[in-house]
Amino acid sequence: MAPPRHLLLILLAAASLATLAAAVYEDQVGLADWHQKYIGKVKQAVYHSQKSGRRRVVVLTEENVIASLDLRSGDIFWRHVIEKNDPVDQLGLSLAKYAVTLSMGGSTLRAWNLPDGQMIWETNLQVSKSSKPLLHFLSNSKVAKDNLVLVSAGQWIYAVSSIDGVIAWGKEFSLDGLEIKQVLQSPENDILYVVGIAGSSKLNLYQLNAKTGEVVKHIQESFPGALCGETILGSHNVLVALDETRSGLFLIEFKGESINYNKVHISDLVQDLSGRVKLLPLMSNGIIALQASSTVSLLKLKGIDGLEVIQSFEQPAAVSNALTITEKDEGFAVVRHMGSEIEFIVKFTSDVSNEVIREKINIDQHRGNIQKVFLNNYIRTDKSHGFRALLVLEDHSLLLVQQGNVVWSREDGLASIIDVTTSELPVEKDGVSVANVEHNLFEWLKGHMLKLKGTLMLASADELAAIQALRLKNSEKNKMTRDHNGFRKLLILLTKAGKVIALHTGDGRIIWSNLLPSLRASKSGEMPSALRIYQWQVPHHRVMRENPSILVVGRSGTDSAAPGVLSVLDSYSGEELNSLKFDHSVVQIIPLMLKDSSEQRLHLIVDSHYRAHLYPRSPDAINVFLHEIPNTYFYTVDIEKNVIRGHSLQKSCDLSSDDEYCFSTKELWSIVFPSDAERIAITETRKMNEVVHTQAKIIADQDVMYKYLSKNLVFVATVSPKAASEIGSAAPEEAWLVAYLIDAVTGRILHRVTHHGAQGPVHAVVSENWVVYLYFNLRAHRFEMAVIEIYDQSRADNKDVLKLILGKHNLSAPITSYIRSEVMVKSQSYFFTHSVKTMTVTQTAKGITSKQLLIGTIGDQVLALDKRFVDPRRSVNPTQQEKEEGIIPLTDSLPIIPMSYVTHSLQVEALRGIVAIPSKLESTTLVFTYGVDLFYTRLAPSRTYDSLTDEFSYALLLITIVALVAAIIFTWIWSEKKELNDKWR
Amino acid sequence: MEKGKGLARRWAVELYDASSSSSHSSVSDPPGFTRSGPDADDATGARQRKDSETAWKAQKAWEVAQAPFKNLMMMGFMMWMAGSTVHLFSIGITFSALWQPISALRSVGKVFEPFKDPRVDTLAPKLVFIALNLAAMGLGVFKLNTLGLLPTNASDWVSSLAPAQEVEYAGGGIPLH
Repeated sequence: MAPPRHLLLILLAAASLATLAAAVYEDQVGLADWHQKYIGKVKQAVYHSQKSGRRRVVVLTEENVIASLDLRSGDIFWRHVIEKNDPVDQLGLSLAKYAVTLSMGGSTLRAWNLPDGQMIWETNLQVSKSSKPLLHFLSNSKVAKDNLVLVSAGQWIYAVSSIDGVIAWGKEFSLDGLEIKQVLQSPENDILYVVGIAGSSKLNLYQLNAKTGEVVKHIQESFPGALCGETILGSHNVLVALDETRSGLFLIEFKGESINYNKVHISDLVQDLSGRVKLLPLMSNGIIALQASSTVSLLKLKGIDGLEVIQSFEQPAAVSNALTITEKDEGFAVVRHMGSEIEFIVKFTSDVSNEVIREKINIDQHRGNIQKVFLNNYIRTDKSHGFRALLVLEDHSLLLVQQGNVVWSREDGLASIIDVTTSELPVEKDGVSVANVEHNLFEWLKGHMLKLKGTLMLASADELAAIQALRLKNSEKNKMTRDHNGFRKLLILLTKAGKVIALHTGDGRIIWSNLLPSLRASKSGEMPSALRIYQWQVPHHRVMRENPSILVVGRSGTDSAAPGVLSVLDSYSGEELNSLKFDHSVVQIIPLMLKDSSEQRLHLIVDSHYRAHLYPRSPDAINVFLHEIPNTYFYTVDIEKNVIRGHSLQKSCDLSSDDEYCFSTKELWSIVFPSDAERIAITETRKMNEVVHTQAKIIADQDVMYKYLSKNLVFVATVSPKAASEIGSAAPEEAWLVAYLIDAVTGRILHRVTHHGAQGPVHAVVSENWVVYLYFNLRAHRFEMAVIEIYDQSRADNKDVLKLILGKHNLSAPITSYIRSEVMVKSQSYFFTHSVKTMTVTQTAKGITSKQLLIGTIGDQVLALDKRFVDPRRSVNPTQQEKEEGIIPLTDSLPIIPMSYVTHSLQVEALRGIVAIPSKLESTTLVFTYGVDLFYTRLAPSRTYDSLTDEFSYALLLITIVALVAAIIFTWIWSEKKELNDKWR
Repeated sequence: MEKGKGLARRWAVELYDASSSSSHSSVSDPPGFTRSGPDADDATGARQRKDSETAWKAQKAWEVAQAPFKNLMMMGFMMWMAGSTVHLFSIGITFSALWQPISALRSVGKVFEPFKDPRVDTLAPKLVFIALNLAAMGLGVFKLNTLGLLPTNASDWVSSLAPAQEVEYAGGGIPLH
């Protein structure tokens, strides 16, 4: 039974029912999707030794990735993305064969095969958790047959064979609060010096037998002042330690029996000491580097008597670690900014005043300052030493410089995306050159003939390859103009480094990037943090000529009370149009539904004192907003206090009454969850830009149910306190999950349901009138997905056809939350196999197309699950009518169809977020997935019912039409002739 | 079929010619020929002929008026065969069932043209004809309804009703960290 208007849709639904999974064919991979691999900001890099003959570098990044990169091109040879709960702290090379990593606070040591990245061994060490575990490689193998790796963390030190990972010896120093800071090797290699600090001022020196780990000697020395814990090795027996106030240096010499020390005031050496002073881990041979806020100084150690400043570099500058070049010589690099260029200087520690290399290199201005340098040398054909260096820049990108040029660069800031928005491309200008089309006409025809051949299976293997190549490099998808279907867009990404990057959806290339000045680290060492990115201005009718713009909101510090910053960028060029520093903090950003006359969207920014500030600050905006103040509310979820509070806005700020853009708030309602029984786990709302086609849901036998559609619906899930931690920590009896549906305007709880024996992690999606949430069922030992659909019971009696025809109904009247409409809830739950990282739902332009849940699985893939599988009206034996409606018979678990993986064979490593963007074509939605990798594709949840596919052969159609016309003409002539003949007879 | 039809028509034409040639002779009687029979006889004969003609016309009109009934039965059977699911066949049947009565109703005057006679009452046959065609159309509409193509349910009028506007707006959530 089908209503007339939806006949087509029902037919389509019936057609798609046959194929619930819409997968791509093998030859369609890469047509509409792209995948980019990144590694993140590099924090350590070790080069392969020259002997191995491979030009590679192994890097460890802040995104917890270990990767081997090709030094020629920057491509990834292999890569391991380690889980976030297993942070990798140290990286080193052993035996020129293995990359050794130390993770989990020094408790896990792993060796990876250098050529292919396979894990060779893993050893778990029992250590006291330390903030900075150390990894030390014994320099040669006189001590033992197998090279030993020394791991120190807290009070523990271990020696592990680097060949098979067997622990040679382990030692715990029974001294309270001891933190091992340095491990040194005596020149004879049989004695190890272990330097640790206990408390804050007691320096301990242990001498250990390198073979057995026995303590040969223990010396303790108390210092007059406290140490801050930062120590470096000045030369082979002098330790330099920074004191607690970071204004003095202790020079500590240990010579066999005794420890001598001397204190030097930094102010005697370096004039400007503003900001945080840091010791840079540098080099032996008595050279150390000291970083202050305005300068980086190289200091020469004169025993323990004092220090001498050799050279000072203005910030921003970076100094590399020392690199052993010959037996006695070490080199290091200093990189500093000189206007638009950078200067790359290499020096030898033996003769610091001379420069081996001084090169000027041009780099992109939008990359910011250099933060780290990793120097490497190579032997030129004339046997002299050449140098290259990896540079890590402020925007997290990685550059290789060699001979005054940037050899390659990697935009690794894209591994740490914070927020995503989109922008339309410019409209194609009138008068597209016809010549261009004519020029391509032959090509066009040729391409279509090839395709036709392919369709008719006449093409040879070469031609098939040509067809595939033609399809892949289809230039249509990469144009810089808006297309009819809305597939071409700009993905605008905000990264952790404060850089805004725009990618083209066609092939994922970078269109523009801008490292926002307001989000760059200031000289005082304050680290701003980027928060959110929004569409600021989406021009339509009146202001069509203007470019769209985007809004970036951040904080000028890491603290949540730090004043906020705002930037408005042009979407087409990335230029900063406007930048503003707030005099208030940013706790919440609420984009409103309102726009001012120039189509700028109004945003409310709530500060830590619950005052709301309106942006843009224009009289026009305030005029628009003043009318809506009584209808604008906001709510805050306080996870620590377990409270949800609703607020209303009042006319003006009580404190600064002259600021008309500031509004004070009043608490209207609060929901306090009992802390001993429930902890807030997650809250979720509908996407603001979600479009819903209809408010009615037609069910079998022509009945109507009215959806409860409210943008103010908030889903809140709470778990019992015992079940708040990991799975398995709570027994089923003491674990429960309570799901709430709350109206954010009035604080009314629309629905509440308790799942006993369930616990987090909870993931939820709210869309239209339904909520789908996922939790772990402790009794069934499986994940469970539950669905709640809400219907408005107060509208349910709107069923008189005559009244509906005449329009005498209240269905289109504006609704308010203060009418406490009765709701009816349907729910169901199913088992789900995967554990889930994130979850979202597809969105289309008009909201007609059926929806799919996009589930980011633990395997870093995206699974598309049809919403019909999570329909609470499913039953074991659906009636004939229900079957026609498309209801799937109920099963206890949700099927995972391998073909419904959106990411097909690819993985989006460390998947964090999925964004669905509607295209102009109703059937299609654009999906962007980000983690360390990026992945983009197009999805059609009900198939592309409104357009021909790319594979459609226009040539075949043309030929068919021509043939038909010819046949018509021919038969017409023939019949005329025959008729004439008949008449003559 | 084609042949049979042609034969039937030829036969009918001959009959018609035979009856009509006697009354409206286009050819004048040959000289010296007088129509046989006395005058009185002639008058009664003519009246009788006229009576029989009107009776025949009336009968024919009734026949024509009742013709859609057979059609109705046939249509009903076809519809029953077509079933109640929407597909090409059932849609075709339904639309022809709707179209035929409509076209018949439009040409109702033409159909009864041959039986036009001041003494023949064609109103009743016309009414019957119209009623039967309306019944056929009703059958078509009923079929349309069973196919679910008639907007008779509330669902048909609200299925694309846009969601009502909301007066209030509430934003917010977990504070940014």
